[in-house]
Amino acid sequence: MANPGIPMSSTGEATSFYDLNGEHHPENGTMLGFWLYLMSDCLLFAVLFAMYGVLGGSYAAGPGPKELFELPVVAVNTSMLLFSSITYGFAMLEMARNRQAATLIWLAITGCFGVAFVGLELNEFAHLIHEGAGPQRSAFLSSFFTLVGTHGLHVSFGIIWLVTLMVQVGKGGLTPENRRRLSCLSLFWHFLDVVWIGVFTFVYLLGVLR
Amino acid sequence: MNPVHKGHDDRLVHSHDHGEGGGHEANHGSFKGYMTGFLMSVVLTAIPFWLVMAKVFDDKQATTIIIVGFAVVQIVVHMIYFLHMNTSSEGGWNMLALIFTMVLVVITLSGSLWVMYHMNANMMPMSAHDMRNVP
Repeated sequence: MANPGIPMSSTGEATSFYDLNGEHHPENGTMLGFWLYLMSDCLLFAVLFAMYGVLGGSYAAGPGPKELFELPVVAVNTSMLLFSSITYGFAMLEMARNRQAATLIWLAITGCFGVAFVGLELNEFAHLIHEGAGPQRSAFLSSFFTLVGTHGLHVSFGIIWLVTLMVQVGKGGLTPENRRRLSCLSLFWHFLDVVWIGVFTFVYLLGVLR
Repeated sequence: MNPVHKGHDDRLVHSHDHGEGGGHEANHGSFKGYMTGFLMSVVLTAIPFWLVMAKVFDDKQATTIIIVGFAVVQIVVHMIYFLHMNTSSEGGWNMLALIFTMVLVVITLSGSLWVMYHMNANMMPMSAHDMRNVP
């Protein structure tokens, strides 16, 4: 008898609750843990959206969304992020087929789209600040820069992570560890695209409509 | 070790491995799945932009409701085709965490907007002169 202290029925069913040998831990617990991190990140964005919802109409006699936002630029930005999502998906498909070179090429294309997105966003920010519509102009602009800037920071860190993983895959190949890391970044990258749906709908489209 | 117990363990481990393999395949998605999600997203993004940029409807409230509806549908599309969400991944814990998060998001958003809107509406009207002499 291995576990004398534990009550046990004749079939041994009762002991299945006690995981003394640590045999039943899911092997890919990382993915669940990372999903929980993404959910906490989702709450962070929810609070920023709530703040924008409350303060988005307080222009302090300054410029509003209608004068500031250029929807064609936002549309290009949105398509950059959408293209980067599908190319990351292709990278994951190549990873599943064990083709390292193709995976790296798709990851590089994803990174380029990501850089284009961040570049366009920084350009927009610079343009706004140059026009005197910086974060300190009104509550609307403070909350706008905080919400959109936080999303942009996430994408920037995603790009850094992407480059790091490309180096790791290039050095070590598609090992189980690198596959796990790529799967985590996949969730992160697609999650940022989901957040961007909220941004372009509630901030840009509804802002211009208001 | 109790032989009955051991047999039980083996069965559990085996079924666990089997479930793992199935989940692994689903996790990467398929070319068809990614393309379906991508094409749906393109349509679901293009229509709201077109509605606002071309000023299709005169009624702003109708436009608002339609583009928010498109956003919700697109978020669901992304969740299914890109994030591969389903009720069985990670033994359902993914979905449970998502539902819990969504409840918190709805409470945070609706609560903030509701409370702050009424606080705004119930504020005393203040002139510039009053503002300067606030104690």
